Amino acid sequence: MLEVKDLACARGEHQLFSGLCFTLSAGELLQVQGENGRGKTTLLRTLCGFTQPFAGEIRWQGVDINSLEEEYYADVIYLGHLNAIKDELNALENLRISSALSGCEVSDSVAIAALRRMGLRGRETFPVRVLSQGQRRRVALARLLLSKATLWILDEPLTALDVDAVGLMQEIIGEHLGRQGMVIFTTHQMLEVAGVETRRLTLS
Amino acid sequence: MNKLSLPALMRLVIGRDLILAMRRRADVLTTLIFFVMVVSLFPLAVGSELDLLRKMAPGVVWVAALLASMLSLGRMFSADYLDGTLEQMLLVPQSLSMLVLGKIVAHWMLSGLPLVLIAPVLGLQFDMSGEALLVLVAALLLGTPVLSMIGAFGAALTLGLRGGGVLVSLLVLPLCIPVLIFGTGAVAAVTGGMSAAPNLSLLGAFLLMSLLFTPWVSAQALRISME
Repeated sequence: MLEVKDLACARGEHQLFSGLCFTLSAGELLQVQGENGRGKTTLLRTLCGFTQPFAGEIRWQGVDINSLEEEYYADVIYLGHLNAIKDELNALENLRISSALSGCEVSDSVAIAALRRMGLRGRETFPVRVLSQGQRRRVALARLLLSKATLWILDEPLTALDVDAVGLMQEIIGEHLGRQGMVIFTTHQMLEVAGVETRRLTLS
Repeated sequence: MNKLSLPALMRLVIGRDLILAMRRRADVLTTLIFFVMVVSLFPLAVGSELDLLRKMAPGVVWVAALLASMLSLGRMFSADYLDGTLEQMLLVPQSLSMLVLGKIVAHWMLSGLPLVLIAPVLGLQFDMSGEALLVLVAALLLGTPVLSMIGAFGAALTLGLRGGGVLVSLLVLPLCIPVLIFGTGAVAAVTGGMSAAPNLSLLGAFLLMSLLFTPWVSAQALRISME
């Protein structure tokens, strides 16, 4: 369970939000809403431990994430604005390396299956730099299929995706919630998962 | 808990950086060509006074190695920073210091090791004796990893800053001066008929000290830079 108590974040001198409290339990989906510049990305980055909050605390399974560090990272997968894929490598190498770094070494066949599910059949061994924006995003999202992390933190996962891929993402998120996972995401598009109520948190 | 063992993490990071460098060979070659050019220009410019050349050889080689290693520092973390892979590395459920050490080792294999290997050939242009060449290689072998490690700290600290390239040189060069002094000292001692052991031992001590501290310090600097 993720608990956030009285969280306040600032960017430079400018305070983005304060007194933010919420908890997220297994199987729950939370959408962070707010206009541009309200601190959605900052909140997600703070939850990952990249940025220290101005005040308040974040607890994972009852323990402060700062004292958990690596144990917490093993339970978290973060997908930011940047795809975190290397242009020089092909889709398969990118996926295998990034999965191995986050702790799950996978065989070629498993990685290829994940890429095919993301609609990249036939593109597995293309250098990533020849892929389109949407296809690159799909390579980045394929990590989710291989990850064993409980908490998914997704910053605008749907950017550059077409309608089919958005549907696929809904399906994948639904499966993860079904496995008692947790998902926090931001998006300006519609993302509804069948049978799960989306909780909404508005930053203002 | 799902995580890699430390040796597996090191292997993965080193392997990844080596593959990336092989796909973009120009970067690696730039460092090497710079080193070769600077060192080769000296005998041409100074002329053929062998005594003078022999005397200045270690200094020229070391200064060139130091500048060549500065040249490649900017790339150590910046590419990963720009495409977001560095963010993912901070979330690796393993010691970040070990990951940084892996990147340092890869950086040294790409920018330090080639210099060590080619130095004896360049040394011939300065009419260095066989013994002096041997000591030069030994000193470079001990010293260039230190340059990579101190450089990693500077690169991590200046990550994402505008004009970071100049700043990193200003930060790192003063810290590298002891390596320069004892590195050239080792060769000068041998050519002067003394033992190179004290200088090489000191270089070894620098290497161990930086091995102990710089990965951890660089990891902390990376966390600060990513905020």
